[in-house]
Amino acid sequence: MNGVFKPPKGRFSHLKGKCISLVGDDIDTDRIIPARFLKCVDFNSLGKSVFDDDRKALKGRHPFDLKANKGASILIVNSNFGCGSSREHAPQALMRWGIKAIIGESFADIFYSNCIAIGIPCFTLSKSLIKSIQQYIDNKELFFEINFLKCIASSTDLKFNLGIKETTKKMFLSGEWDTTSILIDNNDLIENKMNDLPYIKFNSNF
Amino acid sequence: MSQNTLFDKVWELHKVANLPGGSDQILIGLHLIHEVTSPQAFGALRDKNLKVKFPNRTVATVDHIVPTDNQSRPFKDNLAEQMIDTLEKNCSKHKIKLFNIGSGKQGIVHVVAPELGLTQPGMTIACGDSHTSTHGAFGSIAFGIGTSQVRDVLASQTIAMNKLKVRQIWCENKLSNGIYAKDLVLHIINLLGVKAGVGYAYEFAGPAISALSMEERMTICNMSIEGGARCGYINPDEKTYNYIQNKLCSPKHKNWNEAIKWWESLRSNENSIFDDVVKIDASKVEPTVTWGITPGQSIGISQKIPSLKEIDPNDQFIAGEAYEYMGFKPGQLIKDTPIDVCFIGSCTNGRISDLRVAAQVLENYKIAKNIKAFVVPGSESVAKEAKEEGLDKVFINAGFQWREPGCSMCLAMNSDKLIGDQVSASSSNRNFKGRQGSPTGRTLLMSPAMVAAAAINGKVSDVRDFLNK
Repeated sequence: MNGVFKPPKGRFSHLKGKCISLVGDDIDTDRIIPARFLKCVDFNSLGKSVFDDDRKALKGRHPFDLKANKGASILIVNSNFGCGSSREHAPQALMRWGIKAIIGESFADIFYSNCIAIGIPCFTLSKSLIKSIQQYIDNKELFFEINFLKCIASSTDLKFNLGIKETTKKMFLSGEWDTTSILIDNNDLIENKMNDLPYIKFNSNF
Repeated sequence: MSQNTLFDKVWELHKVANLPGGSDQILIGLHLIHEVTSPQAFGALRDKNLKVKFPNRTVATVDHIVPTDNQSRPFKDNLAEQMIDTLEKNCSKHKIKLFNIGSGKQGIVHVVAPELGLTQPGMTIACGDSHTSTHGAFGSIAFGIGTSQVRDVLASQTIAMNKLKVRQIWCENKLSNGIYAKDLVLHIINLLGVKAGVGYAYEFAGPAISALSMEERMTICNMSIEGGARCGYINPDEKTYNYIQNKLCSPKHKNWNEAIKWWESLRSNENSIFDDVVKIDASKVEPTVTWGITPGQSIGISQKIPSLKEIDPNDQFIAGEAYEYMGFKPGQLIKDTPIDVCFIGSCTNGRISDLRVAAQVLENYKIAKNIKAFVVPGSESVAKEAKEEGLDKVFINAGFQWREPGCSMCLAMNSDKLIGDQVSASSSNRNFKGRQGSPTGRTLLMSPAMVAAAAINGKVSDVRDFLNK
């Protein structure tokens, strides 16, 4: 874990950090944060429990325990990362451990939108490029600088064109990922829409 | 791009605005909340000094953390007590209706909302729980959201979202006797894979789907998310309307006819265009059981656990992990696998018809020695109905424990957990590593009838052998 936690704010343009590799397809949210840690009314203490079962099983050899990965903030994963439940506790735990961006082959839908909603950008790369990055990290430290406008991740000797949904990219560039105030701004439209819904008129109350 | 499907119509109806970033602002007609994913959302409202926009469009119950043995307050588990207490305070402060323990209407949120007639065709429904897809069985567009989106729904009744593509899954023919909705959905997930649904809504259709009861349809839509699809739905029909009619919150009197007229207009039809169509032959489905650590790793009861060579190269990594974690070998039959724990319940299969079918198998049998078996009704109302029919006695006489309603060992947030590397036969929805409360616990997903058969024999069994006697 990396010092005092500060949640992200506002617009994203550049992000620099050390990469950490986590190999495996279909890594589900129960593995990212087992259900027993969901018994909480805030997210503050989740960072230390991220991957708790997997880390215990690997007795110090899990990537999130390796000394070499201390201070890392860009997570490199494989396919369908974050499948399973909608628990935002999963990306919250990753974020509180120190993860600020994720690059992977693919992401599960709800996990992806949870990441966006809390300010963790998720980028995609092909299976083979992910594999080559993960192999690189096995041998050598890798620091990426991510340029959000150009969607490029570069290090001293590597450069990748990252995939990202156009809407997601715009949300990070504009700061719109932090949605609440933008949604509330459409108050009149929301009220009109609600009044127009057919079922609001004919439902019985509880 | 899909056109004129039920999904398109409901999406357009609820679209408030195009947001500057390119996503859509979607109005949520019904918001369901529970104790696990809401406290931080209420906390964020407090921090931002915001109110709940439409308190009467949010409904709450408690399910994930409630104990199923002794529900007297305060709960023995302090953290669980703190969570229910926080939900009570938040609901009371923001004037949100809470169906609490003892109200007769508490239960798993995805069991309770349909029972109350809250879930209706044409609605958008959101809840901080991935199995919100369940409500799609009624022709609503229902999906799970995270806590930040729960905050957004509380504050604005809307969320920012990109429109999904629509894949129709056309199920030909009919399920044979002794084969249930659970078998069909496990079969579909196995064929398409656990990530095929990413970016899609699934429309389940065809004769095999039309033939299903509403509760079976909920089982199908419930597990859309296990196939990667955030939302799954079925076009409404007579069965849908019959289920909803006369429920507490259903339209009444002259509103009823108006409602039906509108619901009928929502169905996908011959003018609908889908992004993709997949055909499934339901008559080929066997009783289906998972052998691995994703819901896609399943086989029919007569089949053997596949070898790496038989598995798609993209799925071989996780298959290798599954052999190791489960301790099973490729080529091994899943039938006769010894079982330690049997669990009947969950938002997938904890409804009255699930209990009936399991009780029918158990009638006049005792469960095998050394098996711990328990049944957790999906709601207080399911429990009441089951007791009136004497089903509780059938379970208890067979050696099952009869528990109070809740999510229980589906995700093991209460004290119902596997111990060590126990193997469970479970009517729930996820067989992930550690899912049922022990980091080395092993879960075999199957239908409630198959769980009952496994309980009697102490090992994975073909339920058809019991039904044909």
